[in-house]
Amino acid sequence: MNERKSEGVSAGGTAAGNGALIRLRNVHKKYKRDQIEIPVLAGIDLEVKEGEFLALMGPSGSGKSTLLNLIGGIDRPTEGEVWVAGESIGRLSSDKLSAWRARHIGFIFQLYNLIPVLTAYQNVELPLLLTRLSGKERRDRVGLALNLVGLSDRARHFPRQLSGGEEQRVAIARAIVADPTLLVADEPTGDLDAKNAAEILTLLQRLNREMGKTILMVTHDPHAAERAHVTVHLEKGVLKA
Amino acid sequence: MKFLSLILAHLLRSKRRTFLTVSSIAIALFLFCTLRTVMTSLDAGIRASDETRLVVRHAASLVFPLPLAYRDRLAQIPGVTRVGYGNWFGGYYQDPKNNFTQFAVDVGSFFDLYPEVLLPAPERAAFEGERTACIAGKALVQKYGWKIGDQIPITGTIFPGTWPLVLRGVFTAATPDADENAIFFHWDFVNESIPEGRRDFVGIYWLKIASASQAAAVSARVDALYENSARPTKTETEKAFQAGFISMMGNVSLLLTILGSAIVFAIMLVTINTMMMAARERTTEIAILKTLGFSDGLVLQLVAAESMIVSLAGGLLGCGVAMFLFRRLDFTAGGMIPNFRMLPETFLFGLALALVMGLLSGAAPAFLAARLQIAGALRKVA
Repeated sequence: MNERKSEGVSAGGTAAGNGALIRLRNVHKKYKRDQIEIPVLAGIDLEVKEGEFLALMGPSGSGKSTLLNLIGGIDRPTEGEVWVAGESIGRLSSDKLSAWRARHIGFIFQLYNLIPVLTAYQNVELPLLLTRLSGKERRDRVGLALNLVGLSDRARHFPRQLSGGEEQRVAIARAIVADPTLLVADEPTGDLDAKNAAEILTLLQRLNREMGKTILMVTHDPHAAERAHVTVHLEKGVLKA
Repeated sequence: MKFLSLILAHLLRSKRRTFLTVSSIAIALFLFCTLRTVMTSLDAGIRASDETRLVVRHAASLVFPLPLAYRDRLAQIPGVTRVGYGNWFGGYYQDPKNNFTQFAVDVGSFFDLYPEVLLPAPERAAFEGERTACIAGKALVQKYGWKIGDQIPITGTIFPGTWPLVLRGVFTAATPDADENAIFFHWDFVNESIPEGRRDFVGIYWLKIASASQAAAVSARVDALYENSARPTKTETEKAFQAGFISMMGNVSLLLTILGSAIVFAIMLVTINTMMMAARERTTEIAILKTLGFSDGLVLQLVAAESMIVSLAGGLLGCGVAMFLFRRLDFTAGGMIPNFRMLPETFLFGLALALVMGLLSGAAPAFLAARLQIAGALRKVA
């Protein structure tokens, strides 16, 4: 496993231009609470190549999830530029950013974040509702995704009828069903026992190896990080050497 | 349509809450339709009025009759083409609760003055040829299960005694607003049967005029003719007469409008609160949808659609039940509202109101959902 430390941008141009799927340049993020500015990320420079499986480690409050949110396009940097899949996403309008997320990003959360009133099938189908696919095409895609995570027989089950590991696999099926460019996983094994955690990590590895998915995973767990090609460490909002 | 299952799933999240919200809207709109139907039914007489018919009554009150002797002079007034007359009978059938419109009319002129009363020719001939004969509206005949040839004893209150009328015809109304809950019988029969001192007086004269534009002039001529007599007249169009009749009950329309609006407004506030609570409970889920790429506009539409569906379901239920009930229910408010019938416009108005309720109750939660910041919403959960 490679250890990548604070890595400056070596060349100009777009992220796609130099083979990097993700490129962050001098990214800062500050939150405001009661007039007080709290810096979370300070001058992040990072590049991730297409097809890479990168683990992002660091103590609680170091800004891992914030960094993931910026790359996933669900938050905007206070300063600096975030290029993902050839797009400077900080400049996109809200609607364009939504469409961009739907096209390029698959999210996997620690607490699965499935919609409790929808079945596994309906949860997985959600991203496809934003596409122009027909009902049959959506059914085929959902079937494939559920099959890939080994839950074809649980399609009609609601999240409350599934175990934690199964819920996370449904969440992974939802993340991959629209064939996104990048998977971002925020502590995907954080709420699972060792056995289920290992299964989820194996599944992520398969997605990376067999389907070529670029994966960015935040984790506290060194064992989980070992599954990645590259690990980067974040401390107090700064990528550490 | 592909989002319908998502919307319905959210609505069925708390079946009890959705049921109660739909029910409260349904009850509010049922009451609204009921109150509005009272208003429109009271106005049915006005809608059924003919602009070329004038009503002549005693200037002091309807209670005081006019001499039959006026008939010939009224017929000579320029502009008048036909004169009819009659008496409000004010009786009941078997029980004082069975109160409906009863008129003793001048049979010779009645069908010329009221062409909207449709009666088959043989039945008309039978009615005209028998002094104790009567005709009844189809709705009334169905209500009491009468058949032609039945004796229908009417107990008089203004004209005491039991009047053994024989049903010789069943009329239908040419317009939906005309009253089918009525019976008509011979004025001559009543006149001959009452004490001599009360004979040869009529309650109302009806005048047919050539055109509506002559109404004011003819009315003025009639009232001028009897201005200084012992029994002066008040002449007005049938529409004005009906409106005056309703106004005797006070400003019913205003009262009912205020009541109906207050009910709908109160329920709308409750619905807004419920929809706000429902949306607030789902902050994380809305954030998840936005994370997956659902745009602000789409989220707004989805949340607003939930309110619209709840309100429309309540509207359809409330207005539908009202429509169904008032078609079947035989309600006349003791004869005060003989033609109690819910108009299709009332049904549509109720549904439009439901749509407005849906829009207003869904607006605030929909805008809040659309403006939700994903990262902030997810951070609160983590």
